[in-house]
Amino acid sequence: MTGQAKISLRNLTKSFGKKEVLRGIDLDLNDGESLVVIGGSGTGKSVMLKCILGLLSPDSGQISVDGEDIRSVSAGNRERILRKFGMLFQGSALFDSLKVWENVAFGLVQGRGVRRSEARITAEQKLAQVGLGPDVANLRPAELSGGMQKRVALARAIATDPEIIFFDEPTTGLDPIMADVINDLIVNTVKSMGATTLSITHDIASARKIADRIAMIHDGRIIWSGPVSEIDDSGNAMVDQFINGRAEGPIKMQVLRQ
Amino acid sequence: MLAINFLGGIGHVFLAFLQGAGRFAIFAATALSHTVRPPFFPRLMLRQMVSVGYFSLPVVGLTTLFTGMALALQIFEGSSRFNAEGSVAWIVAVGMTRELAPVLAGLMVAGRVGAAMAAEIGTMRVTEQIDALTTLSTNPFKYLVVPRLIAGTLMLPLLVLVGDVISIFGAYMVSINFLGFNPATYINNTWDILETIDIVTGLVKAGIFGFIVALTGCFYGFRSRGGAQGVGAATTGAVVTGSILILSSNLLITQLFFST
Repeated sequence: MTGQAKISLRNLTKSFGKKEVLRGIDLDLNDGESLVVIGGSGTGKSVMLKCILGLLSPDSGQISVDGEDIRSVSAGNRERILRKFGMLFQGSALFDSLKVWENVAFGLVQGRGVRRSEARITAEQKLAQVGLGPDVANLRPAELSGGMQKRVALARAIATDPEIIFFDEPTTGLDPIMADVINDLIVNTVKSMGATTLSITHDIASARKIADRIAMIHDGRIIWSGPVSEIDDSGNAMVDQFINGRAEGPIKMQVLRQ
Repeated sequence: MLAINFLGGIGHVFLAFLQGAGRFAIFAATALSHTVRPPFFPRLMLRQMVSVGYFSLPVVGLTTLFTGMALALQIFEGSSRFNAEGSVAWIVAVGMTRELAPVLAGLMVAGRVGAAMAAEIGTMRVTEQIDALTTLSTNPFKYLVVPRLIAGTLMLPLLVLVGDVISIFGAYMVSINFLGFNPATYINNTWDILETIDIVTGLVKAGIFGFIVALTGCFYGFRSRGGAQGVGAATTGAVVTGSILILSSNLLITQLFFST
């Protein structure tokens, strides 16, 4: 570990009722690094992201961003820290009452008080960065295909030039070609911005493409982490089972819900 | 054993009710605290005012028109039994302004606006749009709840004022066309009997009902979970709870104003 981690999680726990979702997550994210957390459905990936973003409050543990513990700072400071973040949601989560450019400019206009005319110019630049022309800017999100919505959501996530970007299942629900287009966009835009990124996915092809380092979460804990080059010989049976997509192995899927 | 299970069941229902009431109270307090703290969103507030006020005019107008007319017929028939037909004008005026216009407008708006708010915010919740607001440095309470609360609280009194006029007009038309009243006498009777307090209490009620409608709509929307079914349940919950709260608080306010 060189220098101070951009984000570090220590012993993070979260339960919903009797169900323990996070059982002590320890994770470090270095500045400028792209970390991908892989893991099956219901293993706590999304909950972990939402805890960091303050959308859920963890039961215990520490979340620090640039050395500041966001759970113990004042509300105003927490807001300032959270401004460093951008997030791409799984279902894009575009505001369907607003036009495409208003969606992209939202963080600038509402969050930072930039004038609408200025924000529109930035929004169109960001749309161009993800390969969308100015003709799309005046459409409503419902008029776009899933792949285009994802691009708009990506443009919205990077519109405020955040230092840290989270990607929640960026390729889910897209065809393989569009998924790869999104992967390329993520790699290129993020590299050019120098942002630190944390992605969660169960799409191994996507993980290989966008990750510098991969961590695997299982049962509310990080069970393995290492550079993307070592994923194929991790020496961990669970990681092997997951990346090769085998039903048989140490991870037993609960087919029936309890 | 059976008795204990039965009592346990009642206890569970009661605890769930208390839990819901507590959540509702916390939600209301949080929302209120955000109404006085910037940033404000005047454009959104204006849009909500148009949606709550202007677009509810037909519904509220028709409801109060028909109710005013039917009321005139009923009072005429009832009061003729003891030769008091002259009381139609003032019973309609007092009954509508104090009681029926605010309650009926409140219920209609709960069905139209409260349901729409719950459905819209509920959909935003289940598609993570509310989480997206937070990550874009925008407080969902300020952006979504406060404009609706203010629009509801301000616009329902205006609607009720219009409803007062329309209902009295409806009763007037019925009275002079079908019941043989003299137009000038009818208007004089209405004018003489109406006091400021009748109208003011009706408008105060309306403001409170408007607040209730917007609050329950937002509350159920915020709490909706799990896709289309969750949004449907939120909509139903908003209308049912909103209506019951309107009717029960109506009794409470009436008692506060007029029990001397």
